[in-house]
Amino acid sequence: MSPGLRRRVFLAAAAAAGALLLWGLTGLPDYGVYNGPYGDVLNRVAVAERSATNVVAAVTFDYRGVDTMGEEFILFAAVLGVAILLRAQRDEHAEPPDEDAADRDAPATSNAVRVVGLALVGPVVLFGIYLVAHGHLTPGGGFQGGVVLATAALLVYLSGEYVTLRRVSPELATDVAESVGAAAYVGIGLLGVAAGTAFLANVLPLGQPGQLVSAGMIPPINAAVGLEVAGGFVLLLSEFLEQTLVIRRPGEVT
Amino acid sequence: MLRFLPYLVAAWLLLAGLYGIVTSRNLVHAITCLSVAQSSTYILLLSVGFERGGTAPIFLDVPVGTRAVDPVVGALTLTDVVVGATVSALLLALAVQAYKHNGTLDPERFGGELD
Repeated sequence: MSPGLRRRVFLAAAAAAGALLLWGLTGLPDYGVYNGPYGDVLNRVAVAERSATNVVAAVTFDYRGVDTMGEEFILFAAVLGVAILLRAQRDEHAEPPDEDAADRDAPATSNAVRVVGLALVGPVVLFGIYLVAHGHLTPGGGFQGGVVLATAALLVYLSGEYVTLRRVSPELATDVAESVGAAAYVGIGLLGVAAGTAFLANVLPLGQPGQLVSAGMIPPINAAVGLEVAGGFVLLLSEFLEQTLVIRRPGEVT
Repeated sequence: MLRFLPYLVAAWLLLAGLYGIVTSRNLVHAITCLSVAQSSTYILLLSVGFERGGTAPIFLDVPVGTRAVDPVVGALTLTDVVVGATVSALLLALAVQAYKHNGTLDPERFGGELD
């Protein structure tokens, strides 16, 4: 199909789909007028029922905890897929990265980037841990905090070299972090079964709303998710960096 | 108009993203277009749950009972963002391998002479 014909076919289909969308969207309640009961009910009961002041976190990790477990395994499967896709292919070989490779005249990292990058690593790690630990109180949680933690690894790469990144985040450590995080979610869920109620039921003491140690199982689940997301994103980062720095095609000068 | 505008934005983003995918001549561009199309779902979800004058559904500084937006769509959007990011990573990995096997990122020229 020629590009022109394909464009015309798409525009015709898009016009039909757009009309259908508009027809459907006009049936929605006006923007700013909320009349579904679930949000209002949850906003009213979540703090009393779960001691979590962040109702989004209470929904994600408690009321909809099973769905989030499924989502966590989508993340796990996607990271696994990237790792499998980007491993050295049959005709490729891995070479330890040589930062002085003859064919790569990458500009040397400037001192400014090194200093700022290294200075940021500590605060970024701290901020990531803060986001994970306070997920049930304020905006944040395991997903957001995990990505921030993984950013610290990116800063290490930017201000150092690939080998430095591998030294501070060895492959085994990131693999283990990702897998343990995923398994811990299921393990915490099984606590409910062990206590004689349902899978992922919030069986830990709930504590006082607004306290760091409160909301029962939501902080442990947040920590598990944070571990998995941080491990997973560092793994993604190293896999893509490996493609440019380590894995060589046959005949490629290194 | 304003009572309908966010829904229009969502519909527009979806169609614009799909247009980009259909006409794309570069896989990385196509993956970015998929992200654009997907971001329409964020807008749609959050607009459906928005309540005029509502605050964020976080009751640390404000008492329970304060008017707040729907936390369920917030949680759904969080899920959406995370899945979107990892699926993009997976597709980009596929694009890396497609480039190695075809020597190009243009899907029109796949199955060409290289290899």
